Amino acid sequence: MEKDNQGILWEVFIQVKAGRPFKHVGSLHAYDKEMAMQSARDLFTRRNEGNGIWIVKADDIISSQSVDDEAFFDPSNDKVYRHPTFYEVPDGVKHI
Amino acid sequence: MNQNLYEYCLRLGDSALILSQRIGEYCSKAPHLEEDLAITNVGLDLLGQAENFLNYAASLKHDLSADDLAFKRKEKDFRSLHLVEVPNFDFAYVLARQFFMDVYHNLLYTGLTESKDETISGISKKSIKEVRYHLQRSTDWIIRLGHGTDESNKRVQEAINELWMYTDELFYDNEVDKEMIKIGIGISNEDLKNDWLSTVSKTLEEGGLIVPENIVYTLQYGKDGFHTEYMGYLLAEMQHLPLLYPDAKW
Repeated sequence: MEKDNQGILWEVFIQVKAGRPFKHVGSLHAYDKEMAMQSARDLFTRRNEGNGIWIVKADDIISSQSVDDEAFFDPSNDKVYRHPTFYEVPDGVKHI
Repeated sequence: MNQNLYEYCLRLGDSALILSQRIGEYCSKAPHLEEDLAITNVGLDLLGQAENFLNYAASLKHDLSADDLAFKRKEKDFRSLHLVEVPNFDFAYVLARQFFMDVYHNLLYTGLTESKDETISGISKKSIKEVRYHLQRSTDWIIRLGHGTDESNKRVQEAINELWMYTDELFYDNEVDKEMIKIGIGISNEDLKNDWLSTVSKTLEEGGLIVPENIVYTLQYGKDGFHTEYMGYLLAEMQHLPLLYPDAKW
């Protein structure tokens, strides 16, 4: 198979507007930071999707492994009290 | 109706239109997917600019639309610059042509934001934001190719050398320009030359590339209605469907 010569894989996060969280929108290939930023702008923000871009090298992301699913996530299945749903949320608090 | 104003809008619209057509032809041929989308987006921006100027030109005539101007005019009635008619020989040509035009458009639209014609200054203000981004992109690419491999350096230098002779026309003012300058609607292309040359030279030097020598070039120019040998083929393809199915809607 031909060697992959598309450059480094980057993951792109877009912020809809100031103050809101950055959300993952996709990935792209680029050779360096500058090219990654330009490509992200062209691929993910041409339709007013947001006003902020974060880009991270895919290699730099530490990802959980599916073999760990049981140990990591199952114990929380039966512990609904860990959600703060037993509190009254004051009026005017948004984005919860 | 002001014939000079009409002519002036045609030349602003036509170069953007023909360049966008060239970029459209390149769709799916760029070196990688991200670049393919990016360069095609630039083409779409240019098509939008062309549409704005051609709509304005059409509004100055009765019973004309921007589509009529794009698809029903003959070669000699186009006012595009020779530089934008040059085919996409390879990626280096596409980028060098784009870089030369981006530097020029940036200066041209900056000047035209001060135009006494509100429509022209309005379109220029809108376009300049797009062009600044185009310029940032093409500048990066020129430097990148210049410092890339021996092969990329050789090919971008070759494209720059071959396209250089077409850049003279950017700074040529004909009678229409002179009339438009006199009444404060147009700007002098000749006055843009020094800024263009210094911006282009700076980028080429940064990319380890050589600025070609200026060769005095005697040709009849696109904005006077004389075109390169490439133009006929380009129009044949661009106008084929509207001529075959006049007024078809899709």
